[in-house]
Amino acid sequence: MWGYVFISPWLVGFVLFTAGPMLASIVLSLMEWELIVPPTFVGLGNFRQLMADRYVSISLYNTAYYTFLSVPLHLITALIAAILMNQRVRFISYYRTLYYLPSVTPAVASALLWSFVFNPDYGLANAVLQMFGLPAQGWFFDPALAKPTFILVSLWNLGSAMVIFLAGLQGIPDTLYEAASIDGANWWAKFWSITLPMLSPVIFFNLVMGIIASFQVFTGAYIITNGGPADATLFYVLYLYRNAFQFFRMGYASALAWVLFLIILVFTLLQLRLARRWVYYEGELREAGR
Amino acid sequence: MLNSAVRVERSLLLRRTVRRVVHTLVVHALLLTGGVILLAPFAWLISGSLKEPGQIFVLPPVWIPNPVRFDNYPRALTILPFHLFFRNTMIVASMEVLGTVLSSTLVGYGFARLRFPGRNFLFVLLLSTMMLPWIVTLIPRFILFKLLGWVDTLLPLFVPAFFGGSPFYIFLTRQFFMTIPFEIEEAARVDGAHYWRIWWQIMLPLSKPLLATIVIFTFIHAWNDFMGPLVFLNSMDRRTVALGLATFKGLYSTEWNLMMAASTVATLPILILFFFCQRYFMRGIVMTGLAGR
Repeated sequence: MWGYVFISPWLVGFVLFTAGPMLASIVLSLMEWELIVPPTFVGLGNFRQLMADRYVSISLYNTAYYTFLSVPLHLITALIAAILMNQRVRFISYYRTLYYLPSVTPAVASALLWSFVFNPDYGLANAVLQMFGLPAQGWFFDPALAKPTFILVSLWNLGSAMVIFLAGLQGIPDTLYEAASIDGANWWAKFWSITLPMLSPVIFFNLVMGIIASFQVFTGAYIITNGGPADATLFYVLYLYRNAFQFFRMGYASALAWVLFLIILVFTLLQLRLARRWVYYEGELREAGR
Repeated sequence: MLNSAVRVERSLLLRRTVRRVVHTLVVHALLLTGGVILLAPFAWLISGSLKEPGQIFVLPPVWIPNPVRFDNYPRALTILPFHLFFRNTMIVASMEVLGTVLSSTLVGYGFARLRFPGRNFLFVLLLSTMMLPWIVTLIPRFILFKLLGWVDTLLPLFVPAFFGGSPFYIFLTRQFFMTIPFEIEEAARVDGAHYWRIWWQIMLPLSKPLLATIVIFTFIHAWNDFMGPLVFLNSMDRRTVALGLATFKGLYSTEWNLMMAASTVATLPILILFFFCQRYFMRGIVMTGLAGR
């Protein structure tokens, strides 16, 4: 029974800070509550209101746009960087450190940094464009370009995914590549039939975590654009934050939070389902062969 | 006959060497280009933090500040009470580190070594909370802390760390403890040591690399966290560095050089810490990735 004593900090924390709040959040989502006046029960009223709220659809669209472009691009860039670092060249640990630095930079500091770099009048980005004779852009101030700029900025934090990919690559036995070389496979064939399948569990992990994180994108939009221009960067969590902590509509915000939770849950389950088709687990195959 | 065979061999060898050299050069060229793109914003930030206002708004951009304005730093750090921001951040970070190390190793030890009914179920539950979006629990947490009278204090930021903190560290600890041989523990049990003593005097001293990983991860998280301080803190003198920096933008958004100086000061300690402890940091990242298997 000492086991329970040892895990009790987590058990208490789980009840107080996870399970309890989740249940409370369901109850809250059925209430109308502006903090100062006592809450009133409105049933599914918040959810009905949410369906008709145009900012919900705008912010969902913005968030989906961001997620479905930034996550794949992010994985591809991180994978390319990891493959480069997996070559037998010197100074790899220095490159790894260097490529990781953006990921430990405080989100607020990097948001400020990017607002300087992409400033339409005095920013570095436009200076570089003009150096190549290209026209200056509005970046975060251009409704059509604001989301793509955020996606571009998100690629800067490739560090974690890259390090995980690199560890995965280093775990692939050399013998597989040697055998393929003897069979006359070229680089592309080896990449396609050895590297990708062997890496698929890691790709899957990065994909799932990447989607969960980018559905909750917040800090950059809060600091740099505050949702603008013309709501082009009003991401879902930013809208949720406004409802909860600026308008103090706790009930409505809880309903918003639950909708996001369900969306993320469906996506995660869907990916777990699809994973059976493309993720290759060595252990499973060994077991099946037994 | 023999001569030509040697020549063929030599030219093959030569071609292979050339190929290897070209390959190495291409890899380095690509990695360097990527590195320059990743680092250029940092260089721009530091350079801007030392410029006088007029020089920031010059096109094409000037990379070497002239004159060098070191006094941007003291000005940026006194225009808002940054000394308080640093103090608050250090309190939150050190308490969060302490709480996370204590609670995650206790819980990790329980899951790794002790038998009790429902252990596997609870462990799966713990793992599944790793994928829980934090936003779902944020509002009720806020209300809970408001009821406790903790809003606008540092407590909401570090107290949860004493209750398991992030499930990720418990998972890391459990995996690490499982690799420590049972025999060491059994010897201690035979000598009559209790689980507490085994945890404190055997497991913890054997887990220094793991503890280093947890410490640095937690510290960086506490230093960089923005949403927590944004939601739970109000008064100026209770803010953390990250929140203070955001405040700076709200109040003095035209003073780029000062904002850049403040950003540099907020970033540099974490970059230096990362630089010296990266071995432990990378290990943590790798272990997270392997969690996906």
